[in-house]
Amino acid sequence: MDSAAAPAVRMSGINKRFGAVAANAEVTLQIAPATVHGIVGENGAGKSTLMSVLYGFYAADSGHIEVFGKPVTIRSADDAIALGIGMVHQHFMLVDTLSALDNVMLGAEPHWLLGRSQRAVRVKLKALMQATGLQLELDQPVAELAVGDQQRLEILKALYRGAKILILDEPTAVLTPQETEQLFCVLDSLRQQGCTIVLITHKLKEVMRLCDHVTVMRAGRVVQELPIGQASIEALAEAMVGRKVNIGQVQRKTGATGLVRLQARGLVLRDAMNVLRLTGVNLSLHAGEIVGVAGVSGNGQSELLDVLSGLLQPGAGQLQLGEQTFDATAWLDPRTARELGLAHVPEDRHARALVMNFVAWESAVLGYDGLPQYANWGWLNHQHMRRTTAQYMERFDVRPRDPELLSSKFSGGNQQKLVLARELGQAPTVLLVGQPTRGVDIGAIEFIYAQLRAMRDAGCAVLLVSSELDEILALSDRVMVMNQGRVTGELSIAECTEAGLGRLMVGEAS
Amino acid sequence: MKSNYPLPRWADLVLLPVVCLCLALLAAAVVVLLVGQDPVRVIGVLIQGAFGTPRGLSYTLYYATTFIFTGLAVAVAFHAGLFNIGGEGQAIMGGLGTGLAALYGSALLPAWLMLPLMLVSGALFGLAWAVVPAYLQAYRGSHIVITTIMFNFIASSLLVYVLVNHLRPAGVGSVESVPFAESAKLPAMHEALAAIGVPWPSSPLNVSLFLALLACVGVYLFLWRSRGGYHLRAVGSSPGAAEYAGIKSKHQVMIAMAVSGALAGLVGMNEIAGVSGKLLLEFVSGAGFTGIAVALMGRNHPVGIVLASVLFGALFQGGAEVAFEVPGFSRDMVVMLQGFIVLFSGAMAYVFAPMLAWCLAMGRRLLLKPAGSLPSGAPHG
Repeated sequence: MDSAAAPAVRMSGINKRFGAVAANAEVTLQIAPATVHGIVGENGAGKSTLMSVLYGFYAADSGHIEVFGKPVTIRSADDAIALGIGMVHQHFMLVDTLSALDNVMLGAEPHWLLGRSQRAVRVKLKALMQATGLQLELDQPVAELAVGDQQRLEILKALYRGAKILILDEPTAVLTPQETEQLFCVLDSLRQQGCTIVLITHKLKEVMRLCDHVTVMRAGRVVQELPIGQASIEALAEAMVGRKVNIGQVQRKTGATGLVRLQARGLVLRDAMNVLRLTGVNLSLHAGEIVGVAGVSGNGQSELLDVLSGLLQPGAGQLQLGEQTFDATAWLDPRTARELGLAHVPEDRHARALVMNFVAWESAVLGYDGLPQYANWGWLNHQHMRRTTAQYMERFDVRPRDPELLSSKFSGGNQQKLVLARELGQAPTVLLVGQPTRGVDIGAIEFIYAQLRAMRDAGCAVLLVSSELDEILALSDRVMVMNQGRVTGELSIAECTEAGLGRLMVGEAS
Repeated sequence: MKSNYPLPRWADLVLLPVVCLCLALLAAAVVVLLVGQDPVRVIGVLIQGAFGTPRGLSYTLYYATTFIFTGLAVAVAFHAGLFNIGGEGQAIMGGLGTGLAALYGSALLPAWLMLPLMLVSGALFGLAWAVVPAYLQAYRGSHIVITTIMFNFIASSLLVYVLVNHLRPAGVGSVESVPFAESAKLPAMHEALAAIGVPWPSSPLNVSLFLALLACVGVYLFLWRSRGGYHLRAVGSSPGAAEYAGIKSKHQVMIAMAVSGALAGLVGMNEIAGVSGKLLLEFVSGAGFTGIAVALMGRNHPVGIVLASVLFGALFQGGAEVAFEVPGFSRDMVVMLQGFIVLFSGAMAYVFAPMLAWCLAMGRRLLLKPAGSLPSGAPHG
């Protein structure tokens, strides 16, 4: 135990450029062994690039890496694994159809006969599970494992390969509060057993809960590095963004809400495999309120948005939108929905909200190209489209302010602002918003929250679907919780507690 | 190294195709050397043959006309995310439509109506032949690549059947129809030019070249200026976003293939109405497939397609000259050269992009360094 002598990882003077962008500039990082070290920063701050350099995905342009005191060159993930570095990616690298055991074994088979390999791996893995407390059903196909279990499997996979340094990239993005707590207990015990953990995250609360040390990155540089005892959430947020941020501020309208703008009854939806995705969902949206839909991803929230916006046709149910009513036999389509004043900021920005290889001014009228100001006898009015886009960019602070730039060339936050500008542009009466800040940096989050609140205050009925509980709590006036296609609870914001919502999210009745 | 240096737009549009073309010629030159010929002479004869005389130029443009139609057909489908391999069959059917209108219409209809009727008939026949695979793709889930390939075979068999069993006059050995009436023939370019007092050698080049250029303008306006084209491109680029925008992708598949087939069908105006003056076999002879290479090389843009068509037209015409003039240089060698061009400019178009981008970045750095006005790094942006 020469922990004082040799840090587990020491990266110094790391530089990595992508074209004109310096993703990492003179980054120096030192991680003490048997600690949890948090790396926080906005999207594009360079934390993923830095970890990719450590894990051998990218070669740094310059800089030195030492692992446990020894200078090393890491050219590939294999090199990193050989040095005892393991990584758990945000999107799991698992083969869905193989069992948990086979996934651990894949690429590290001890014997050329499969049966003998499986027996040997099973023995070793059982011992490992015993020691770490990472319990798991080994013979189930990965597809049937819960998300939390899949993540435990990823960690086991890394530990099985001899990882002493574990990099976790946004590990809690897909977990319920309870699962998050379980994960943290496991990480705590791993730390006690001498494992070094690097936690990449943007959730500052988790940093404060778990880490011993935290490094803040901004624009490719390390701007702060301090032991957790000296850190506070406010100070870290400020260091990340470079100025004071104020997103959590609660400024709720206390007055009564207005008329019912959207009402849905008994929505039932089956997917292509005939699995029930929505089981008799009822909801109503009033003018001047934000209703948050909380839940672990994949419990019917996405389908609810798609049904309400007309993208999916439910098997049963009624919908009242303004004066119009629809039923399952004659459901509304996206075009009708827009005409009735329903705007939709979809969850998937890349596949739905923008046509990535359209220029910004083409994407900025998507869905609204039939409006008389854009189209005349079937011909598009390019001038007006360009002008409107320039106005949108000005009003929503889209950077760079270039309507001729391809939609794909904007950062996530700026793409989202462009989408918001388009959807809010026609003064909708109902606004459906899915994951409004996914992949969006803190500065833009603040702006997007302000826009959503402004819409609410202007009398718009807003439905907010988000997998970030903090986001739901920061914005909503009323919260619905979904689990397996059912609404398991509906609470006013005053009644919400994180633990209570967490119980509803896993399906326990209130 | 790949993504580190972005390729500037002008280099992507102009420099890269030129570099690819040169590499193709270089590769072909090596093969020409291997068979004991002088590559410089061969290329000289080729260029001279294709562009050196008014007659050669006319042939080049005549070939190019057909390629513009088939290239546009491929491009329109491509913008909707569809790979239309059926240009060949649609062109055959277009020729049949043009021919039938000429054969059966000229006795009944006034002369001024004949050419428009033949044009519409050719376009409609091509359209009909493309719409069937489109329907099968959109509403029945059959893949359009497979169905359009199959439809090529059906079209060529159908043409043989109609010609042999119904259109061939009794007692004639060759498989072709009777010649069209004068009113059903498109004016040749030398006739048109003679009318305005410009002497021009006789060649198959006819006024359908202007029709092809008009089609280019039309395709541009449709794809980039009209709401319909906007919807079509949205479906092709991002089906999810199109659905979200309320655009029905099935309708767009039908529209794209209808336009595509109609464009391919116009080949009949050049080959049947413009040149042969009667319906015969083999008038498409692979132009539908060359259209794929043309669209690929022309980046699915009308301007690029015109340039690529002229290039391929020059290869056909110049290649024929070379085969005639250079002893020991067979037509197969010309096909090989075409193969190299398709390989380098089409299939491998982006293989050299990172290298080229790197060279440009280095060159610029070298040029900018001595100026010394830049702060550390960031030589471009």
